[in-house]
Amino acid sequence: MKSIFGRYNPRQKLAFLAGFMPALFLFGPAQSAEPGQLFTFFQADQVEYRANDGQDSLNWDAQGWIGNDDHKAWLKTEGEKPTDGQLEKGEIQLLYSRRISDFFDAQAGVRYDFEPGPERGFGVFALQGLAPYWFEVDASAFVSNEGEVSARFEVEYDLLITQKLILQPTAEVNLAAQSVRERGIGSGINDVELGLRLRYEIERKFAPYIGISWERKIGQTADLARDEGEDIDNLSFVTGIRFSF
Amino acid sequence: MNKPISGFSRRDALKLAGAAGIAGTLAVYPGRRSFASSTKEYTLNVEAGRIAVDGVSSNAILMGGSVPAPTMRWREGEEIVVYATNRLAVPTSIHWHGLLIEGVMDGAPGFNGYVAIQPGETYTYRFKLRQAGTYWYHSHSAMQEQQGMYGAIVIEPSGREPVRADRDYVVVLSDHTQEDPKRVLSNLKADAGYYNYGKRTLIDFFRDANRYGFNTALKDRMEWGDMRMDPTDLADVTGYTFLINGRGPRDNWTALFNPGERIRLRFINASAMSFFDVRIPGLPMTVFSADGQNVQPVRVDEFRFGVGETYDVIVLPRDDKAFTIFAEPVDRSGYARATLAPREGMEAVIPEQRPRTILSMADMGMAHGGMDHSSMTGMDHGSMAGGAMSGGAMGGMDHSKMGGAPMAGMDHGTMGHGGAAAEGGERRPFGWADASTPPGSKALDYADLKASTPNSDGREPNHEIEVRLTGIMERYMWNLNGRPFGKDEPIRVAYGDRVRLKFVNTTMMAHPMHLHGMFVELENGQTDRKPRKHVVVVPPGKTVSALLTANEPGDWPFHCHLIYHMEAGMMTRFIVEPKSA
Repeated sequence: MKSIFGRYNPRQKLAFLAGFMPALFLFGPAQSAEPGQLFTFFQADQVEYRANDGQDSLNWDAQGWIGNDDHKAWLKTEGEKPTDGQLEKGEIQLLYSRRISDFFDAQAGVRYDFEPGPERGFGVFALQGLAPYWFEVDASAFVSNEGEVSARFEVEYDLLITQKLILQPTAEVNLAAQSVRERGIGSGINDVELGLRLRYEIERKFAPYIGISWERKIGQTADLARDEGEDIDNLSFVTGIRFSF
Repeated sequence: MNKPISGFSRRDALKLAGAAGIAGTLAVYPGRRSFASSTKEYTLNVEAGRIAVDGVSSNAILMGGSVPAPTMRWREGEEIVVYATNRLAVPTSIHWHGLLIEGVMDGAPGFNGYVAIQPGETYTYRFKLRQAGTYWYHSHSAMQEQQGMYGAIVIEPSGREPVRADRDYVVVLSDHTQEDPKRVLSNLKADAGYYNYGKRTLIDFFRDANRYGFNTALKDRMEWGDMRMDPTDLADVTGYTFLINGRGPRDNWTALFNPGERIRLRFINASAMSFFDVRIPGLPMTVFSADGQNVQPVRVDEFRFGVGETYDVIVLPRDDKAFTIFAEPVDRSGYARATLAPREGMEAVIPEQRPRTILSMADMGMAHGGMDHSSMTGMDHGSMAGGAMSGGAMGGMDHSKMGGAPMAGMDHGTMGHGGAAAEGGERRPFGWADASTPPGSKALDYADLKASTPNSDGREPNHEIEVRLTGIMERYMWNLNGRPFGKDEPIRVAYGDRVRLKFVNTTMMAHPMHLHGMFVELENGQTDRKPRKHVVVVPPGKTVSALLTANEPGDWPFHCHLIYHMEAGMMTRFIVEPKSA
């Protein structure tokens, strides 16, 4: 892995990726009545202000795609910036996404972390789709340019209170196969994040929300955080906007 | 002439038959008015424009200067020439829906050697009318129907009309959206439930739990959730204004009559996506023609029809009062309304909208504990369930979990019928088929349709073609036999073949299946008088079959007439190989 990713700087890696994505559409003919028909979608599921135990922050979690029924280029990004301070967490993933069943896509591509430093590039393999009982799930495995292996499992659900008032529970678990001390990651389960957001869809594509988010570091990761004098858990009250186009 | 052009009486029509310049850019040049083979020439310009619906202005594509396009009033045996000029910036086409016609004149780009009309170009359609009845014409390109490219065709028979009428009105139903259809499809691809504002909520759950018990309500949610299917998915698109002859409910298109007159109404479902339940409270309708083909008269209080279908009815208003023509889409997201009145300005009460139904497990082709699939006769329900289950959309389901009984209770209760079906022992529809028809009212059923003349080809079919209607709602993928248009395997039959088309609907939506170029004979329980149709509605989870004599050579489009389904790929090529020499 090191030989592939290590020798390029981050900008070169992204440029390489950008050049690579269009080639994905060479796989297979388009599925629709009008050949070559491409669709696009972008959704910022969370763009929010978090009132944390410590310093408040601005957080985002968004994804989008371009493609057809069977093949898509997929973008995922999430991050956190304290209200007064530098970006603390920030990542972007560019994936090729292929339909493998009625409800699931297999995805492969790369992830790049701006923060926390030192910068990392990752190879990504993911399964994303709709599980029975309407759970949206996203399971991703990552291998960094240093050869570190980690995984993330996310699940969310939309509970309709009315047609426009929707309660969205979310859960996220991060795991690592080894510890990466300089990034504050221990081996095993790193952390768990649970969220509950209540949104009102003024339009399908525009919904302000309020909610809570609770995060707790676990095991070695928690030990590392304690050593750094950081809290191992955090409860935030969030307010934000979900939008798409 | 400030009356809507489609609203003149037959007497007016005759007076106007030779008049030129209807609605601006439509020019009518009557040829020699000799009896057998006169030629009529028309110029139809297709251009972008704006229309006003209920006082709200929006973009539209105008064909012949208006929405709907001018009504074509023709006579069987005539030769028709239409110069169609494309004044749009994109290709267009005009398809003559239901006409028996040479392939290249049928107007579907990519089929029969017909090429879309490019911007600035004119295409000359030339065909001889081989039939009579009510039909329509519309674009076959890029969802332009949704933007207003549709109009009625009325063809007088060369012989006698099947019924006498004092007045003759076209009633074109459609669904109008302010959104660009490409945007609509894009929204559906990103979120299939984007337009569904009738989903089941927590509040519905507590109501059901209260009525049927917590466990029953939960089990029901779990069954649907397990399949990742939504029982409220009745219409993919909402936000529509429903139109009659281009007029919204407040515009209130009005047709005049004198009490005691016989009025012929030619209903055409020219919508992009909507199935309508149509009624005229206080005025029974006698259906005597379906898809332009005469049937033995059936007296009904209401009928449901799918996109592309037409019904001709006679009504006899005796009283000096107004009547409302009321058409509700199955998802009840609005209504179309017009008025039959003795004088301009009169109105009748607008009825309350009926409740919205909810799909049942039977709509998935599941056996349903002794309940009946009443709207379709002559079908093999056992094999139907099997067929549906083999469809890709439902892979991995466990039959044993699909208990019918608790669901039956739920379905009826949710719709407020309080189990009437069970008590009365009456066969009444439920799930998709339930139009909330009040007891004692008669709704038209496919089984009621009986051709007015015996079928000409009495042969048994020499082979059967199974057409599975398939799709994945969650991804808004729609196709036939699991393969979208472009990756499909065309259907091939030889000229003169007698075939059975067996539609097996594996999806939870009803699909109005349209074959160009030929009529099929619906196997609805009639023996030698099967009704002839150009659109066959296949309800969710059901199997419907039809016979066909392949006597029109060509490669014909064969597709679901829901426009976003067709655009998503629910289409194939039906090839009738020419007679070999």
